[in-house]
Amino acid sequence: MGSFQSLPFDHHYRTLSKKTGFSLEQIGILHNRFKQLSLNEETLRRDDFNKVQDLKDNPIRSQIVEAFFDRRNFQKDGVGSMEEIGFEEFLTVMSYFRAPALHTTEEQREEIRRAKLRFLFNMHDTDNDGTITLEEYRHVVEELLSRSGSLGKETAKGIADAAMLEVASISVGHMAPDEFYEGITFEDFLKILKELEIETRMNIRFLNMDTTVLCK
Amino acid sequence: MDRLKRTTFILFLMLVASLLPLGGHASSPEVGTGNGKVRDHQGNGDTTHKANYTKKAFPVLSFDYKNVRTPFEISLWVLLASLMKLGFHLIPRVSNIVPESCLLIVVGLLIGGLIKLVGEDPPVLSSKVFFFYLLPPIILDAGYFLPMRPFTENLGTILMFAVVGTLWNAFFIGGALYGVCQLEGDYLGKVELLSCLLFGSVVSAVDPVAVLAVFEEIHINELLHILVFGESLLNDAVTVVLYHLFEEFSSVGTITVTDVFLGIVCFLVVSLGGIMVGAMYGILAAFTSRFTSHTRVIEPLFVFVYSYLAYLSAEVFHLSGIMALIACGAVMRPYVEANISHKSHTTIKYFLKMWSSVSDTLIFIFLGVSTVAGKHNWNWTFVIATVVLCLVARVLGVIGLTLVINKFRIVKLTTKDQFIIAYGGLRGAIAFSLIYLLDENHFARKDMFLTAIITVIFFTVFVQGMTIRPLVDLLAVKKKQETKRSINEEIHTQFLDHLLTGIEDICGHYGHHHWKDKLNRFNKKYVKKCLIAGERSKEPQLIAFYHKMEFKQAIELVESGGGSKLPSAMPSTVSMQNIQPKKPSQERALPQVSKAREEEIRKILRTNLQKTRLRLRSYNRHTLVADPDEDGWNEFLIKRKRMKDLEKMSHVNNYLTVPAPPPDSPTIARARLASDPQAWVIKPVTGDIPTIKVELASPQSPESVSVVDEFKKSSYEQEDEDGDGLVMKATSLVAKKDETGEDDKEPQQRLQRCLSDPGPSAEDEEDEPFLP
Repeated sequence: MGSFQSLPFDHHYRTLSKKTGFSLEQIGILHNRFKQLSLNEETLRRDDFNKVQDLKDNPIRSQIVEAFFDRRNFQKDGVGSMEEIGFEEFLTVMSYFRAPALHTTEEQREEIRRAKLRFLFNMHDTDNDGTITLEEYRHVVEELLSRSGSLGKETAKGIADAAMLEVASISVGHMAPDEFYEGITFEDFLKILKELEIETRMNIRFLNMDTTVLCK
Repeated sequence: MDRLKRTTFILFLMLVASLLPLGGHASSPEVGTGNGKVRDHQGNGDTTHKANYTKKAFPVLSFDYKNVRTPFEISLWVLLASLMKLGFHLIPRVSNIVPESCLLIVVGLLIGGLIKLVGEDPPVLSSKVFFFYLLPPIILDAGYFLPMRPFTENLGTILMFAVVGTLWNAFFIGGALYGVCQLEGDYLGKVELLSCLLFGSVVSAVDPVAVLAVFEEIHINELLHILVFGESLLNDAVTVVLYHLFEEFSSVGTITVTDVFLGIVCFLVVSLGGIMVGAMYGILAAFTSRFTSHTRVIEPLFVFVYSYLAYLSAEVFHLSGIMALIACGAVMRPYVEANISHKSHTTIKYFLKMWSSVSDTLIFIFLGVSTVAGKHNWNWTFVIATVVLCLVARVLGVIGLTLVINKFRIVKLTTKDQFIIAYGGLRGAIAFSLIYLLDENHFARKDMFLTAIITVIFFTVFVQGMTIRPLVDLLAVKKKQETKRSINEEIHTQFLDHLLTGIEDICGHYGHHHWKDKLNRFNKKYVKKCLIAGERSKEPQLIAFYHKMEFKQAIELVESGGGSKLPSAMPSTVSMQNIQPKKPSQERALPQVSKAREEEIRKILRTNLQKTRLRLRSYNRHTLVADPDEDGWNEFLIKRKRMKDLEKMSHVNNYLTVPAPPPDSPTIARARLASDPQAWVIKPVTGDIPTIKVELASPQSPESVSVVDEFKKSSYEQEDEDGDGLVMKATSLVAKKDETGEDDKEPQQRLQRCLSDPGPSAEDEEDEPFLP
């Protein structure tokens, strides 16, 4: 079974486990991975993520990496981003992708859904002003279609515009021609993605076995 | 209205009843041959005894039923099935309580009884007819429209239920039945273990036809639907192997360990072989569809023939035909849909639904008729034991398997889910046909098996089928979301996919998303280039979805009467200007567009517009989304685009309230019909607004040009842009072609446009004649 490094870590793991909900084995594995990425240092920097080969083909790579350094994901009222993160922040971000346990009440599921959607919202809202403006949304869609060349750029704008229009229609309903819809607030964001059942979809499987030696 | 419906239904019944004697008489050949003999005689008389040619009356009217008998009977049955379907939907009260499959079985029973009363022998559901003609359309329909995302996400669970669950059921039921038979002694004691096991393996298979028929009406959530349905499809391989295994060895008598081992190998061969055969045919079909751009009419035929060949080829080698069919449909669908025309797509959809619907109806009716017709041997112990054991085995199997499965699932299955899965394990006609195929010499108790199987089928279809709907409501099981997929959801689904793949990579283990991403990339890089014609191969999914949505909105606009307002689905007055960031208005003068950009846009228009498709969202045989008039879709698309573009142009803000053309104005209606692919709109005149000029100079619509010339009342400016004739122009014309030569008195400007514009680029208003 998993062998923890030394006793002081054990205590640290327990507090982390309580905070994030991971089991002790999972924390151990993720710590190994953290050390692998950070070259055994205490903190992780943005460049360290370049070691992950498969991430290069990901169209939203920069946004994913940025999410790890976004203060809003660690503390309730955090602002701005950090230059480097420790293991605790790494684990906190990972905990957003844990599946809800089998027996959760409706309120708990709602809580989890809000937390996950907040994470997504923070990924889109890059200037930290609490709303996703049209420009930011366009950027999101452009990144998604960034592998499709010029065709992607043309339609990305249109898609983003149509999506924005939809959000505005759903959340505000009727607007006079002069009014201006500032951007998607978090409440609107919740509303439009209600059907997506985020709490069941935004999960990855965290293994109880150490596979970091097998994969890059 | 109620009375009318009742009388109509009674008329239907009478019509059906009058068709029955014909069907009954079909088996009596005397009438036909009698006349035939007379005719032959006459012919002989003519040729051989020319000298003694006595003038007989020329048969003005003769009755020769024998020739036409088989196709006539088949058509009668199909007609009967369709009339029954019609009849049920005229009585909504009954069809709300009782699922259609039950009603059809009852009808079958009645008909069987009637035929027996007449004195004829009612036809039994021949296994050959069932497996070769009735089953494939249903399976192809299911496979072609299989929702791939939930299916692949839950594949592990489905396979567990299908393989392990069916094995457990088969052996448990078989073994327990053998025990019961031994206990019973005297009559049943002679039943051998192998026969029991064979019976167990046949009766334990969940039937896709029955599941589809019942589950479609209750609209449960996608997860449960795909679990039960997927299980019913994939357990075919297990059933085939077990059936052949036990059938082979029942003649021999014993099974050795090698046989068991060979059985396992056989299972792998049957299932994987079936899938490979299906995939091969699917790729062939996709490849063929790449070249069909000039022969659009026979495109659907390729889909059907290749799939049917896949099924038959699998059956040749005793592989799993159902899995082959599913694999073929699922593999070929994304590529074929990218290649074929919109009309072919509609044809395929409707034909599949029609055939599967008729097949399904016929199967249930025949099941009823065969019950009356077949030889029965009712043995209380055996039958009751079978029914009870089926239920018990199913419940135990589901509970046991879920315990194991939940360890591996991210989203666990709750007790409610388990209950529905267990309760939804319906048996159907496949089990019946398999038993019917048995050789009586090897299976002395075949008739007893038949009776038991029919009882189980009736029990599951009637009792479970009827009670599942109130149970679903009672347990408050989550139902299917009826809302349409929005563009936001699509964007975020894609975003989530990439996000989860990225997180998995960062975590350092190759999970579900990682492999899916790799497969997608492989698909995009190599496979799509081979199998999809032209430039569509590079279109990413998000863009395809967006075009589909635009298309659908265009059609919706048409259905709503072609008004200038958006359809009532979006009852908001929010429009593009509300979300556009405020820019200095000077930018919105007459747009100057570079030639390169124009060319680019024209290319985009040409490639993307023509190949938009409507995808079927939810699988429901009874309520297809009503497609509007397909022929005029281009024209409507034009109108829709124009409306949208008008809204987007911020310097025509005043025109956002473009009044709709009066809907009943005959001249306008005639104009719309007569000048395809043109479309007209009334635009209020304001002199000082920079107008965008359009001129129709395409040689493909000569009548439009002549129209302009003919009815010119005042001069209009022409502005050529780059000599391509793609300039939008506001005329002060009353130009409108009219068959009666009537002039329209509207003294307003009309915008004359002939366009195709897919992409919402707010600055550009370039148009191009729509190339049909």
